[in-house]
Amino acid sequence: MAILEIKNLKVKVGNGIILDGVSLSLKRGEVHAIFGPNGSGKTSLISSIIGIPSYKIIEGRITFDGKDITRLPIYERAKLGIFCAFQNPPSIRGLKVKDFIRLFTGDEKNVLEFSGLNSNFLEREVNVGFSGGERKKFEVVQIFALKPKLLLLDEIDSGVDVESLKFIGKKLAEYVQKNKISVLVVTHHGEILNYLKPSKASVMLNGEIVCSGDYKKIWKTIREKGYEWCEKCKLRKK
Amino acid sequence: MQVEKEIKKNVKKVGIDLDKQSPKYLQLDYNPLIQYSNIEGLEILNTRDALKKYPWLKSYFWKLVDKDKDEYTRYSFANDFNGYFIRARKNVKVQIPIQACLYLNTNELIQNVHNIIIAEEGSELNILTGCTVARHTAGKHIGISEFFLKKNSKVNFTMIHAWNEYTEVFPRTGAFLEENSTFVSNYILLTPTRKLETSPKVLASRNSKAILKSLLLGRKNSFVDVGGEIILKGSNSSGLVESRIVARDSSKIISRGKIVVEGEDSKGHIECRGLLVSGKSEIDTIPELISKNKKSELTHEASVGKIKDEELWYLMSRGLNEGEATNLIIGGFLNPEFLEIPDVLRVQIRKIIEETKEKS
Repeated sequence: MAILEIKNLKVKVGNGIILDGVSLSLKRGEVHAIFGPNGSGKTSLISSIIGIPSYKIIEGRITFDGKDITRLPIYERAKLGIFCAFQNPPSIRGLKVKDFIRLFTGDEKNVLEFSGLNSNFLEREVNVGFSGGERKKFEVVQIFALKPKLLLLDEIDSGVDVESLKFIGKKLAEYVQKNKISVLVVTHHGEILNYLKPSKASVMLNGEIVCSGDYKKIWKTIREKGYEWCEKCKLRKK
Repeated sequence: MQVEKEIKKNVKKVGIDLDKQSPKYLQLDYNPLIQYSNIEGLEILNTRDALKKYPWLKSYFWKLVDKDKDEYTRYSFANDFNGYFIRARKNVKVQIPIQACLYLNTNELIQNVHNIIIAEEGSELNILTGCTVARHTAGKHIGISEFFLKKNSKVNFTMIHAWNEYTEVFPRTGAFLEENSTFVSNYILLTPTRKLETSPKVLASRNSKAILKSLLLGRKNSFVDVGGEIILKGSNSSGLVESRIVARDSSKIISRGKIVVEGEDSKGHIECRGLLVSGKSEIDTIPELISKNKKSELTHEASVGKIKDEELWYLMSRGLNEGEATNLIIGGFLNPEFLEIPDVLRVQIRKIIEETKEKS
C-alpha cells in the first residue's frame, strides 16, 4: 500500500499556478528522488505536501497513510508523521536548541551527538549563526527527535561541506533503512543519493511530473543528456 | 517583622524572597516593614529616617530629577513621601543582590516614593527592585529615584514591575556617573498596567559607561511609554539604550531613546526590536541622537514588525499549533539573556518570565 498518494494536484501561490496536475505515489519504505531544473516546482511540491499555507491547493488530493490530508493544517500533517527538512531553515532568535528539542524528546544530548553535534550546541539559538553544515545537521537532529514516517528532504545536501555531507548521508541512510521510512528527496547535485540510494525517480518541468521510473536509468539520462532532453522527450510524448 | 502570606506570595512574583536572609527593603504603601542589611558598609534605611539620621542627605534630593519636570514630580515634591536609601561605603563591594520592594496595598492610594542610592568611591552594588500591587487594588505609584555613582563605582540595577490594569505608574529616575563608573539598568515589565511612563536620565562623566535595557510585554489595554536618556558629557564615555518589546492584545508601547554626546571619543547606540502580535497593538519607536562632538560616534538600529511567516511555519511543521509556535517565538524574543543581569539573578528572572508567559 502507498504511504503517500498524490492525485492530479493543482497548486497556486498568489495568482500563479505552480503545480499543474501532479500525481505521485510513494510506497512504504521507498526512497524516491525528484529531479528538475530551477523553478520546475520541486520545492513547491514538498511545500504542498507538508502544507505551507501560502501554497493553495485548488484541485486534486493528497492522501497520507490512507487519510485525506488535502485540507489539514501543517501541524496536523506533522503530527501524522510527515517531516520536512527545509532548504533554508529560518533563524529563531532567543529560542535555545535545548528548549526546542526538549519539546519532542527527553533524549536531546544523544540525539544531538548522533547527528554529529556536540552538547555545546544545546545552548545556541535555533539556526542563529549556524554554518551551512550545522543548519542541515540540525534538521537531521529533528528527524531523529520526531521519528517521522515520511521524510521530505529539500536540498539537504546543498551548502554542506564534504565531511558533514558524508556524516549526514550515512546517518540518514542508516536510519531510513532501519526504520523503513519513506523518503521524497529533492536534490540539485545528487550527492545525498549516493547514500540514500533511491529506487525510483521523477522529473519535474514547469510544475508537472513529466517522467517517472527507475532511479538509475533516469539519473543516468539526466547526467548525460540534461533537462533539455527531458523537454524534447515531453514534447515527443505529447 | 511578620509579613502576611498574601504579600509574601505577591512579592515573590517580582523576585523578592522574604524567607531568604539577605539585604532587603520592603515598603508597604508608606510603611517600611523590612530594612535589613547584614553587610558591613552597606546601609539600607527608609528615606524619611535616613534624612533624620544624615542631615547632609537633603542636598541629594531633587538633584538629578527636576522637580518641575511634570505634574508627577511636582506632586512628589509637594507631598509626603517615603522610599529607600541604599548606600555602599567606600570600596565596599556587594555582590549579592539587594532586594528592594515597593508594594502598593491600599486601594485608591497615591504611593509617593523617593529613593536615594549612593555608591561611594570604588564600591559595587547589585540591586533588584520589585514593585507590585495587591490584587484588585487601584492607585498611582510615583517613584523618584536618584542614583549617585562616585568615582570607580558600579551599580547594576534591575527593576521588575508587576502592576495591574487599575494602576498608573510614573517612575522618574536620574543617575549621575562620576569618572570610571558603570551604571546598568534593566527594566522588566510583563503584566498589564493602565498607564506607565518612565525614562531614566543618565549623566555620564569621563570614562564612564551607562547601559539602559528594557524588556517589555504589552498586554490587554496597557499604555506603556518607556525610554532612556543618556548624556555623554565626559570624554571616552559610552551609552547604550536597548529594548525588546512584544505588544499583545490592544496594548500600545512607545519606546524612546535619546543619547546626547558632548565629550570626545565617546560612543552611543540605541537599539529597539519590537514584535507586534496582535492587529490591535501598536509599537512606536522614537530614537534621538544628538551629537555635539565630531570625534564621537552615535548609531541606532530599530526593527518593528509582526512574526515572520517562515518562522511560524517552520515551528508548525514540527507539530506545534499556531498559538504554541507564537509563544515559542515570543519567548525567544523576550529571552532575558539580552539583559545585563548578575548570574545569580538570571535563573530567577528567567523563571518569572516563564511564569508570566504561561499566564498570558
